[in-house]
Amino acid sequence: MRYIEPHGHMVSRTTDDYLDMVTAGCAAVCEPAFWAGFDRGSVDGFRDYFRQLTEYEPARAAKYGLPHYCWLCINPKESEDVALASDVLGIIPEFLGRPGVLGIGEIGLNKNSRNELRVLEMHVDLAARHDQLILVHTPHLEDKLKGTRLILDVLKNDRRIRPERVLIDHVEEHTVRIVLDHGHWAGMTLYPISKCTPARAVDILDVHGSDRLWMNSACDWGESVPLAIPRTALEMRRRGWSAEAIDRVVFQNPVRFLCQCPRFRLPA
Amino acid sequence: MPMTRAQVLDLYYMDARCKLIEIAAFLDRVDRGTGEADFRLDAFRDAMQHLAGGEPRRAEEVLRSLSDPTEVPVDKAPGKGAVGAWPGRGA
Ligand SMILES: [Zn+2]
Repeated sequence: MRYIEPHGHMVSRTTDDYLDMVTAGCAAVCEPAFWAGFDRGSVDGFRDYFRQLTEYEPARAAKYGLPHYCWLCINPKESEDVALASDVLGIIPEFLGRPGVLGIGEIGLNKNSRNELRVLEMHVDLAARHDQLILVHTPHLEDKLKGTRLILDVLKNDRRIRPERVLIDHVEEHTVRIVLDHGHWAGMTLYPISKCTPARAVDILDVHGSDRLWMNSACDWGESVPLAIPRTALEMRRRGWSAEAIDRVVFQNPVRFLCQCPRFRLPA
Repeated sequence: MPMTRAQVLDLYYMDARCKLIEIAAFLDRVDRGTGEADFRLDAFRDAMQHLAGGEPRRAEEVLRSLSDPTEVPVDKAPGKGAVGAWPGRGA
């Protein structure tokens, strides 16, 4: 089988994970900018991180023949400091033309605060001015429903944003419908404890259709499984999905969304 | 593509049985513990009510019942983490 990992934080994984993913059929990996587990102290910390995402990590993936793409932003967890966020947004355009850069992400909200919302609006404005795709992180656990609604309002209020060029990630049963009804794409994150298990992700596909949905492992330094997508493909097979229907979800859907970025190339 | 109910049971019964017993054992463990519980236990018990619902929207209803129902952004992020239940419900 072939699949695309549209959301993997590979800077926090070992090369063994690259080997396993490619062995399992991974044809491309996309890495959104995220929180490092600690707050970075300066804009230069982000410049180094963006260099890691656009230079070092693609080279590491290339050793396994795996195309590596990335998204750039300052993560909502670091968005309470609006001044720092504004400085970081100032350097992002330096990197937007680099090969492998898909757009702005993963932006969004974490605790649904005013400053997070302000920084989200700044990112949406940056994406609109530079005609970039957007990848949105929705908050965790009890904050997800409220945060998803606030994010959808921000996107709707900016008339320059075309909904089909935005993917809202980490949807669950209580948020998937409103995201799709707003015309966006939705992402399901396959985590062992929080977010979606493979069984629930397939339930969501059964109930809501697979037209504008993708799945990802979001593998990072927390409890997460880099092979979550092929394992979920196995779950689909056990539930009677055809090979073609599985391929549509794990390969063709991410390609359809990502091909809206001219820098994304269809994996051979 | 819906499965038959027998197929669902064949695939998922043992897994669901395991999780059901885990929840029962968790509640027993809380009972045997000392000191006060907090809002999370009340939220958990509230959420369990939705298991008895008659519509196939139980997962959605459980998630909603554990969610912050307010609509206005908070003034300042109170840290970075989430705990899985909304503290304001009992307040
Ligand atoms: Zn992520």
